[in-house]
Amino acid sequence: MTRLAWIRLAIVLGAFAALEWLVQSGRISTHTMIPPTRMVTELWAILASGELTGDITQTLGNVAIACLLSVTVGFVVGAGIHAIPRLRRALDPFLTTYYAVPFFVFYPLLVYIFGMNNLPMIAIGFMFAVVAMIINTLNGLDKIPRVYDKVARMHQMSRASMALRIQIPAAAPNLFTGLKLSVAYAFIGVIASEFILAPGGLGYAIAFAYDNFDNETMYALMLFILVLVTAINMTLHYLEQRLLRRQGF
Amino acid sequence: MTGEIHAHLTRVTRVYPAVAGNPPVHALGPIDLELRRGEFFAIVGPSGCGKSTCMDVLAGLAPPSEGEVSFEGNPIRGSVPDGVGAVFQEDASFPWLTVWDNAAFGLRRQGVDAAEIRRRVEYALGFMGLRDFAQAYPAQLSGGMRQRVCIARTLVLQPRLILLDEPFGALDAQTRLLMGDELLRLWRETGATVLLITHALDEAAMLSDRVGAMSARPGRFLETLETGWPRDRDSSMLEGETFGHITGRLWQLLRSESQAAMGHHPDAAQGGTRREAG
Repeated sequence: MTRLAWIRLAIVLGAFAALEWLVQSGRISTHTMIPPTRMVTELWAILASGELTGDITQTLGNVAIACLLSVTVGFVVGAGIHAIPRLRRALDPFLTTYYAVPFFVFYPLLVYIFGMNNLPMIAIGFMFAVVAMIINTLNGLDKIPRVYDKVARMHQMSRASMALRIQIPAAAPNLFTGLKLSVAYAFIGVIASEFILAPGGLGYAIAFAYDNFDNETMYALMLFILVLVTAINMTLHYLEQRLLRRQGF
Repeated sequence: MTGEIHAHLTRVTRVYPAVAGNPPVHALGPIDLELRRGEFFAIVGPSGCGKSTCMDVLAGLAPPSEGEVSFEGNPIRGSVPDGVGAVFQEDASFPWLTVWDNAAFGLRRQGVDAAEIRRRVEYALGFMGLRDFAQAYPAQLSGGMRQRVCIARTLVLQPRLILLDEPFGALDAQTRLLMGDELLRLWRETGATVLLITHALDEAAMLSDRVGAMSARPGRFLETLETGWPRDRDSSMLEGETFGHITGRLWQLLRSESQAAMGHHPDAAQGGTRREAG
């Protein structure tokens, strides 16, 4: 492990220990928060009992679908917009102001369209994530040196071959950023919409525990989400750093 | 070098069409150029005179607006023919591939078998002094080494006509001289015809058998100079008197053209005249 990684670990463990002390010493009421060590034991018990396995699977499934859709559609739409400069000029204001729109106002409409099932949550996750992928695809394609086009033509490459062997690898750093953001936004969209109105899922389970003053379950699940999202993002960050280092960034 | 014509431009012009309300740009010509098989030909001229356009037309990257282009007797019109390789001024190495994979890129595309790829890539990397860096990524190399990677990528394809568009433009003066020596070695060893586009008069004078001096836009050949260098030559010729005569003559031809390209009026300032010699 690098020195920087040790420092990061020390920060996390320090925050964990401080919180433990604050709760154990009574400076934070146990009605408000449980000690982090108890969150861990509760989470272990929940995972071992399997009582919330269905909710966890449902959330992760919804996030995975939202993420897959947003990355695929975002890349295709981004590449399409990039190929038509006039369309891009027309869409630019919408893309730059997209995240000012509060997507959750569409939730009732999505329930009306798709029904009370997983689809509205997947749709919200998708809506959150897709534009991050579109914008990063556009940025990545913009940064491809124009000389690569000449190189491809000197090698008598077809459009498809050029896209596969030159454009996508050249745009990979930005595409990776798009993927990373899409994962984060898909998690936010899906779990937040599960909070509002959902038949199941981690967001629903946390809201249910909150409504029933079940602090142990609520904090254990919050810890689970934090650990899971951090682990996924750290993995993606690690892969991204490897990719960027190789390319001299 | 033989007297045989290897590539031919006949009354070639290139006009870029009007874009977004701007008028069309007449970038080149009409020009005539005959490249002899195995010769080293350089084109010099002021910035924006159409040198790179001339190379693009010859490479088949851009069709001529008028005129005919041929390579080995076959017409070229907007598509790259077999046997032509190019190296550009910009760093065109692929940062996601190792030096070895960069060099092997074109051969893999052509479906050449693995043993032959290994043989040709190892030869090219050895020739360009990159054997010890085969597993390095371009980001770990200097600008000159990255340009050598691009030359190796072209070299493995064994082109019969090598087009070089200011390949050393981004390098410092000393590195450029050394790269020039390597280029001469490459030219001698491969026997290919080389067309070098450059704005550096000394580079053109040192490397070439013939130098075409081009006017300000639209680019036309003002004069073509025979340098008379022996085939076995290197940068040590810079010390000779002949070198000074050649660069002096080139500058004499290009001074007023360069001023014109910068928006000055040489006729008024220097009393010079603009010459054209198709």
